[in-house]
Amino acid sequence: MSAIISIRDLAKTYGDGFTALKGVSLDIEEGEILALLGPNGAGKTTLISIICGLVTPSAGSVTVGGHDILTGYRAARAMIGLVPQEITIEPFEQVINTVRFSRGLFGKGSDEAHIERVLRALSLWDKRKSKNQALSGGMKRRVLIAKALSHEPRVLFLDEPTAGVDVTLRREMWELVRQLRSEGVTIILTTHYIEEAEEMADRIGVIDHGRLLLVEEKARLLHQLGRKELLLELTEPLPELPSSLAEFALQRSEDGLHLTYEFDAHAERTGMTRLLGAVAEAGLQLKDLTTRQSSLEDVFLKLVADGRDET
Amino acid sequence: MNWQAILSIYRFEMNRTFRTLAQSVVSPVLSTSLYFVVFGTAIGARIDTVDNIPYGAFIVPGLVMLTLLQQSITNASFGIYFPKFIGTIYELLSAPISFIEVVIGYVGAAATKALMIAVIILATSTLFVDLTIAHPVWMVAFLVLTAVSFALLGFIIGIWAGNFEQLQLIPLLVVTPLVFLGGAFYSITMLPPAWQAVSLFNPVVYLISGFRWSFFGMADVPVGISLAAIALFLTACLAAIWWIFRTGWRIKP
Ligand SMILES: Nc1ncnc2c1ncn2[C@@H]1O[C@H](COP(=O)(O)OP(=O)(O)OP(=O)(O)O)[C@@H](O)[C@H]1O
Ligand SMILES: [Mg+2]
Repeated sequence: MSAIISIRDLAKTYGDGFTALKGVSLDIEEGEILALLGPNGAGKTTLISIICGLVTPSAGSVTVGGHDILTGYRAARAMIGLVPQEITIEPFEQVINTVRFSRGLFGKGSDEAHIERVLRALSLWDKRKSKNQALSGGMKRRVLIAKALSHEPRVLFLDEPTAGVDVTLRREMWELVRQLRSEGVTIILTTHYIEEAEEMADRIGVIDHGRLLLVEEKARLLHQLGRKELLLELTEPLPELPSSLAEFALQRSEDGLHLTYEFDAHAERTGMTRLLGAVAEAGLQLKDLTTRQSSLEDVFLKLVADGRDET
Repeated sequence: MNWQAILSIYRFEMNRTFRTLAQSVVSPVLSTSLYFVVFGTAIGARIDTVDNIPYGAFIVPGLVMLTLLQQSITNASFGIYFPKFIGTIYELLSAPISFIEVVIGYVGAAATKALMIAVIILATSTLFVDLTIAHPVWMVAFLVLTAVSFALLGFIIGIWAGNFEQLQLIPLLVVTPLVFLGGAFYSITMLPPAWQAVSLFNPVVYLISGFRWSFFGMADVPVGISLAAIALFLTACLAAIWWIFRTGWRIKP
């Protein structure tokens, strides 16, 4: 695999002096699904907008398929389909005409069979003669996706594609994204739904405050950062931790009935055996004992919190 | 050059035009007819001829120009302002096209619609007066050049405007007075010398004079100068648009 998009030291300071991107470098591999996670205002849309030509970069460079986005913008943009975060759509035009328009705008000759395929895949074929303004929000979002797919892009940017889309359709959309990937399309999506990234992505990038905090294969990310918790439930409340347990950094609940021990599930020594020994020695009676694997969501929240501590 | 893109923009815009053509035509036809009634009939009863041309016929080129200017500016400014307003401009910015294609598509469609309406006005005027056209080819040339130049100006206004009021500001505040003072209803030779001199700073004088020449073979200013003035204006608008797209002024943060 080779990088289809290469981002180097990309920075953006908006006209009002606000710096939304602070030097992002990232290689996106051909054919992968990359999910960008980050809280509101992290800079995800800014990053995508620069690559697609909606925002002028302040510093740094981007190439798409080897073409610089500024000097080789025609070749670069011809490869890209963009589904923007906001629903922006010509209200008075028919669905099918807006989709045809997008294809033409990207310099492709008309191909009704392809347009039909795209509209069917997005369950919009029955609505093709409707005016855009007569569609529901979720349908409008799908029209935007149809527009982006109308010109057969090799790279697809989906900026929060499933916001406002119901559960069934979300599953269908995920299915579509997977199918596109199997056809070799590279997909970059932003999302606030961590399950979405967990479900879809090959790699996950986390952005906050204009910095790329990390990019990692999803599996490895979960593996590396996967913390586990051991929850001890006691038969009787414990007023305070005995000093013999101090080294385990246990957390005691308000009522004194629960103790939580956090450990790295993949470490050589988890310290669990020693802890249980120390618990028995301290004469505590256990009622129940459970472990919990931290989800990507915990990982994400922790990363963002750590990133903020540093700055 | 991405011809496919130009064609797509042009078609999309013309689609919009045809959807609303009836309402776009009604108002200019009505106002032109009113001008004929008021100026042609009422004033024409007192002013018999101007430069040996019956007054009713004399005002036709000015009236056609008035509509053409207003229409070119309004169509083009609205045409590009609307995508900016609703946000669909993202697609133009992300497409593999340069400003030249965007401008040709939008300005071409705006000028086409303005020309269609101008022709309808011209046809309407023949209901009121007898018209002969001395230089039909030049007449068409003046129409097209004017429509294109002012559609370019409209395009600039559409990019500049931050709201609908600003969109209407320049056509109302600048263009309409310039046309009225540009000899649409009189020959500037009828003015006192001082005002004649001032009039020569009004670009619309050259348009109307040149256009009138193509009808009656006579003009307030030499026709060559009229053509040069339009060419200058056209170049200025093109330069401004080139700069707008280079810098992303008002469209790209
Ligand atoms: N045109 C602009 N002018 C000034 N500041 C802007 C502009 N666009 C975005 N910003 C600022 O840049 C920062 C990043 O915005 P961006 O839209 O990239 O965030 P995001 O990660 O996409 O957030 P969200 O998840 O809410 O969509 C925000 O603080 C935002 O206020
Ligand atoms: Mg965003």
